[in-house]
Amino acid sequence: MTYIPHTDVERQQMLAAIGVTTIEDLFEAVPSTHRFPKLDLPAGVSEMEIAAEMLALSEANDHAQDFAIFRGAGAYHHFIPSALNHILLRGEFYTAYTPYQPEVSQGTLQATFEYQSMMCALTGMDAANASHYDGGTSLAEAVTVALEVSRHKRKKIVLSHAIHPQYRAVVRTYHQGNGVEITGDEGMASLAELTDLIDDNTALVAVAYPNFFGQIEDFSELVEKAHAAGALVAFVINPIALGLLKTPGSLGADIVVGEAQPLGIPLGFGGPYLGFFGVRKEYVRRIAGRIVGETTDKNGKRAYVMTLRPREQDIRREKATSNICTNQGLMALAAAIYLSLMGKHGLRKVAELCYHKAHYAADRIDALEGFDVDRSKPFFHEFVVKCPLPVAKINRALIDKGIIGGYDLSQDYPELENHMLVCVTEMNSKEEIDALVEALSEVNVQ
Amino acid sequence: MTEPLIYDQSVPGRTGVILPGCDVPETPLPTDLMRDDLDLPEVSELQVIRHFVRLSQLNMAIDTNFYPLGSCTMKYNPKINEDVARLPGFAHLHPLTDEEGAQGALAVMYELQRWLAEISGFDAVSLQPAAGAQGEFAGILMIRKYHLDNGHPERTKILVPNSAHGTNPATVSMAGLRVVELPSDEDGNVDLEALRRECDETVAGMMITVPSTLGLYERQILDVIQAVHDCGGLMYMDGANMNSQLGIVKPAELGFDVMHYNLHKTFSTPHGGGGPGSGPVAVTEKLAPYLPGPIVTIVEEPKDENDAPLYGFTMPEKSIGRLKVFHGNFGMHTRAYTYMRVHGAEGLREVARHAVLNANYVRVKLQDDYHIPYNRPCGHEFVLEGRFEGVDEVHALDISKRLIDYGYHPPTNYFPLIVNEALLIEPTETEDKQTLDGFVEAMKQIAKEARENPALLREAPHTAPVRRVDEVKAAKQLVLCCRPIPAPERAKNEQAS
Repeated sequence: MTYIPHTDVERQQMLAAIGVTTIEDLFEAVPSTHRFPKLDLPAGVSEMEIAAEMLALSEANDHAQDFAIFRGAGAYHHFIPSALNHILLRGEFYTAYTPYQPEVSQGTLQATFEYQSMMCALTGMDAANASHYDGGTSLAEAVTVALEVSRHKRKKIVLSHAIHPQYRAVVRTYHQGNGVEITGDEGMASLAELTDLIDDNTALVAVAYPNFFGQIEDFSELVEKAHAAGALVAFVINPIALGLLKTPGSLGADIVVGEAQPLGIPLGFGGPYLGFFGVRKEYVRRIAGRIVGETTDKNGKRAYVMTLRPREQDIRREKATSNICTNQGLMALAAAIYLSLMGKHGLRKVAELCYHKAHYAADRIDALEGFDVDRSKPFFHEFVVKCPLPVAKINRALIDKGIIGGYDLSQDYPELENHMLVCVTEMNSKEEIDALVEALSEVNVQ
Repeated sequence: MTEPLIYDQSVPGRTGVILPGCDVPETPLPTDLMRDDLDLPEVSELQVIRHFVRLSQLNMAIDTNFYPLGSCTMKYNPKINEDVARLPGFAHLHPLTDEEGAQGALAVMYELQRWLAEISGFDAVSLQPAAGAQGEFAGILMIRKYHLDNGHPERTKILVPNSAHGTNPATVSMAGLRVVELPSDEDGNVDLEALRRECDETVAGMMITVPSTLGLYERQILDVIQAVHDCGGLMYMDGANMNSQLGIVKPAELGFDVMHYNLHKTFSTPHGGGGPGSGPVAVTEKLAPYLPGPIVTIVEEPKDENDAPLYGFTMPEKSIGRLKVFHGNFGMHTRAYTYMRVHGAEGLREVARHAVLNANYVRVKLQDDYHIPYNRPCGHEFVLEGRFEGVDEVHALDISKRLIDYGYHPPTNYFPLIVNEALLIEPTETEDKQTLDGFVEAMKQIAKEARENPALLREAPHTAPVRRVDEVKAAKQLVLCCRPIPAPERAKNEQAS
């Protein structure tokens, strides 16, 4: 009936070996008043039945294989090569746990080391950890690192409003108990206004690259002022965009965080995703989470092992700066496989396809009467469209035509009523884009 | 045999992916914003496949070996769960899909919340936390906020037994509260007298693992809970060991106020070489308004019995906030849902019963060869001491490494901290008697070897892909990345700082 292999005979043999009559006898220490409660759960079903039930539930969803999707806003529909999933389904990888025993975990350890290496190359950082839960928690952990670097003398964190709204919410959740001032994102402050907030009490300034609106901003003055004030600068990145754009390292970032879901991880209704965390060398001892380092075994053979372990909760306990234990290891493996398959040429090509298709879509939508694309700054694969109607209303019309429209920005920014954030990736064909444009033009007429 | 790094297999001009051409008119690229080089490998698809398949073969995993890693519940991960999680309607569903278009996913989350509440006896559940540690963090933040809202900012002390997982004290510090560590008594239980001495008006709560990290049900758990409640504190249960409580006892009925689950332990979602996990948090009615959100609720009741309810996301009214972007590790929710449906109520109770049967069987079989410090009926795991009288040079670590030679993944080493040379052994219910007998035989053999030829243990493993790994060297040389940052970028870096 389930995955328990015991036969009646074996159960009896085992009970006899233990010296008890029934399994119930083993639970004597559980308060008898509360032992063996009734569980009001549905009865068990066969594998055949659960497969059918889950198929039906899954098909009750409007998903990106049935719809043309133009929604991003922190989760992106990209091509995932078949080879990736085949490797991910190797039981040797996905049914192992944290590589506490390096001698029997070299596969996980070397793959993680390669993930760290490729992500460092992509971002221009010196070191990366083996992952955080997602982009939002990575940013929250970046705040912790900056507070630690300032030895908790600095108490102010400056966040750009153009960082994903949910990332900023996560930062506030994480830091509600430690007396930190989080500022900068209350309204729609310009970069210059954000820069003015930086002072000698500022531990960290965080910006997004490209930002939540898909735009690429010039942070040079902000970075200069932050460093002059002794603050650290964190860049929240989209890894696909870095197939094309200058590295945050070359632009002065001290910490780079972000959501690495676009690197071979499906939309999956929001998780499991992959929180990337990279830093310059001088801060590596301050970062949380697992880190894999190269070493040798006793015979001098190259080997990998989790390193800088004394930072972590299981050793440092209440003095640890983070409680993270289980991370998103398998997702880091997915990213490592993705970056290996794509490589130097493939990632660049994906980034270019996103760029060209998004710009083609923007040009066409901008030409529609009543629609206005924000072209005040360069953008990568997402752009803001001012619409003639509420976005929710437009999206209801689009869904009937098999299109999942852009993200309704008024949900997070009251200033952006009737503003849609449109995302176009390599997955959107010209045909789909043209259909979107056509549908939008009809929406306006109605 | 060493597998070369993927970078070292690179050949200029090669690629491992077949991509389409551009079907729209091209826009000039923003050259002033662009990078000069992209230092990624250049390898073929076959090279990538062979590389990672070879790497996989250097691992031990549940699918290849018995993996009795205590406190991690390394049970079999059913394959159907992987298929379900990859159904297009789940795998390709955008997290910001309008709620009407995500009813299937929301139904899964709603039911999972309900079942987790039923199993634990709690009133409400949030699936937001990505792992057990994040579930703990949610729980402690809720306790903190509850006291603040009730006008008790002075309640800043969280009591934590010295047998606790390291995540417990680390969580307390992260939440801005203060840890007070409690000693254990000679039976491995919380020292009740010491607990009562600490119970005052500054107590915010207590975190405790049930069964304890020694794998034991504390006979006095009701007294512990009573003492903390009497001084106005709340009780947090670390649910790491929930595998021995399914249908055995409901933590809320014992008096707990909040707990977290580990779906990757109790409900078989794969451990993934370190993660992802999922750490739902369950609470009583009084803490429900503080849950991290959003959670799934019924927005519109069904009109008649053939109709389905309309599900939607809701932010609990006094929520501690959002712990994660989007809705938690949904891929783990679908797997856990599948696992729970296959078992049903009776099947889940059988899981706990057999997990406990297996652990006790191994414990009794090893009690003549190893010192088992708290040798009484245990839960789903037990601790033995990895040392032998008169053989001082052999440590728990040596036994672990020698087990590798016999084809077993080692147990958890040196935890809990209150046992010398601890080896924490958790067989799980999915292992058959033959496997357990084989493991017992290997352990007995190792006990013999320790006395006759300790060097065999000290030098182990002999058959693994690498011999003992030099951790000190790793920390000293700190090679964390195999790529140098290109010189021009480095120069800009230095200029910027």
